[in-house]
Amino acid sequence: MAKTIEEINEKIKSAKAVVVTAEEMVDIVKKEGPGKASVKVDVVTTGTFSPMCSSGAFLNIKLPNPKMKMQKVFLNDIEVFAGLAAVDLYVGATSMRRDDPLNRMHPGKFLYGGGHLLEDLVAGREIELRASAYGTDCYPAKEMKKTITLDDINEAIMCNPRNACQNYNCAVNTSDKAIYTYMGKLNADLGNANYCSAGQLSPLLNDPEYRTIGVGTRIFLGGATGYVTFNGTQHAPGKKRNKLGIPTAPAGTIMVTGDLKEMSDKWIKGVSFTGYGASLMVGIGIPIPVIDEKIAATCGASDEDITCPIVDYSSDYPNSTGKTLGEVTYKELRSGKIKINGKEVITGSLSSYYRAAEIAGILKNRIEKEEFKLGIPQKLLPRK
Amino acid sequence: MIDKKIVLHFPRSLVNEPIVYKLIEDFNLSFNILKAQILPDREGLMVMELHGTREDYNRGLAYLKNSAVDIQLLSKDIKRDEDKCTHCGVCVATCPTDALRVKKDTREIIFDSDKCIACELCIDSCPTKAMALHF
Repeated sequence: MAKTIEEINEKIKSAKAVVVTAEEMVDIVKKEGPGKASVKVDVVTTGTFSPMCSSGAFLNIKLPNPKMKMQKVFLNDIEVFAGLAAVDLYVGATSMRRDDPLNRMHPGKFLYGGGHLLEDLVAGREIELRASAYGTDCYPAKEMKKTITLDDINEAIMCNPRNACQNYNCAVNTSDKAIYTYMGKLNADLGNANYCSAGQLSPLLNDPEYRTIGVGTRIFLGGATGYVTFNGTQHAPGKKRNKLGIPTAPAGTIMVTGDLKEMSDKWIKGVSFTGYGASLMVGIGIPIPVIDEKIAATCGASDEDITCPIVDYSSDYPNSTGKTLGEVTYKELRSGKIKINGKEVITGSLSSYYRAAEIAGILKNRIEKEEFKLGIPQKLLPRK
Repeated sequence: MIDKKIVLHFPRSLVNEPIVYKLIEDFNLSFNILKAQILPDREGLMVMELHGTREDYNRGLAYLKNSAVDIQLLSKDIKRDEDKCTHCGVCVATCPTDALRVKKDTREIIFDSDKCIACELCIDSCPTKAMALHF
């Protein structure tokens, strides 16, 4: 019997909703089947905590007196985008300080970037602001230098154009020298295999055909409550899918928004990838309303049922050949070793499963305490 | 017989003395150098694993102390900043001694400093720079 999100919200209000994490749902569906599970369970909570480069925040700085139309702005020596109204800025997670040596001494360390700046803001640490302008009749000030914290900023709105990617590659290197990528250092001759997905806990893998997630879906974002505001950039729903409709390669993505002032530096963490650059780890959790048997079946899918492609980042990835070295399940990846071309290869994860499970648990708790109601999507993510 | 990992800090005055040679010659200790940084006229640092009988080990250590070498047991040298660690697990694939490993049920990343040989491979691999060397 199908349920609507409104009906599930009524159950949450009267404390009758049954909420489980995606991990718990695997066992329930295994034991009772998707039909019974869809009657018993109302909401499945998911989670992911992973580097997500397409992240950033809009900041509105308090206007100085006399007023200033900021043209070039540096925060902790990172140039931020100021091509908006007088004091509106955008900080992107991968921007670097102007004096960073980048990859001139290869491999560069990229120790402080936009992601670290966002973490510092969220943690309430002091930030040095330097701004310059050409001056106008209505905005005469031309120079400004000030130490600020998040409290001195009017609005700080996280707006990430591409997060929570549905599935991802397992990255390897078949060349004879180590390479440095956004998937970490990949050692020569299949020295290691790095992967990056929460697998069975990952939000979009639990609702693989976007039957409940869309514009207006309320989510856990960086510790606060946020929203899915659109499909993400490079949203690619047309990828090959398995029997359950789960894509076997990177597919859907979401754009998300939330108030940076409500977030926690536990869930917003600046990261550095040697030889590649800086980024931001973002904690996201999405509650999946169990509207019918079909969604119960996908929420019940385990790491055994989800596969990803093994991609050679020394040649096939940079040259977009589309070739893969095979497919592997997340269960195999999490065992610590996989076999590629007959060779045993050690695996490393970039996405924190431990923290993803924590997010799913927090979200479950918030829903049970009626602190969190399900958002009703106004437009589902595109399926084509 | 015992195996112990120690960190030696050499004052400038001792950098040109064959201190380590004497450990073999006079005290029958065998060793494996894990890390060394010794420059002329500067303070030197060496991380080594010593192997020998307890008596020889204690005599060797007494000799080092008498020579004004500062000695520190290694176990605490690589530290993990618990606030920075996200338990992603990318370090696990780099660790040669299983000092960093995944707890099977929860997938929490365990750091067992007793097994750590201070090779530093985890330091560079860590995206949040939670692993750091302390002397």
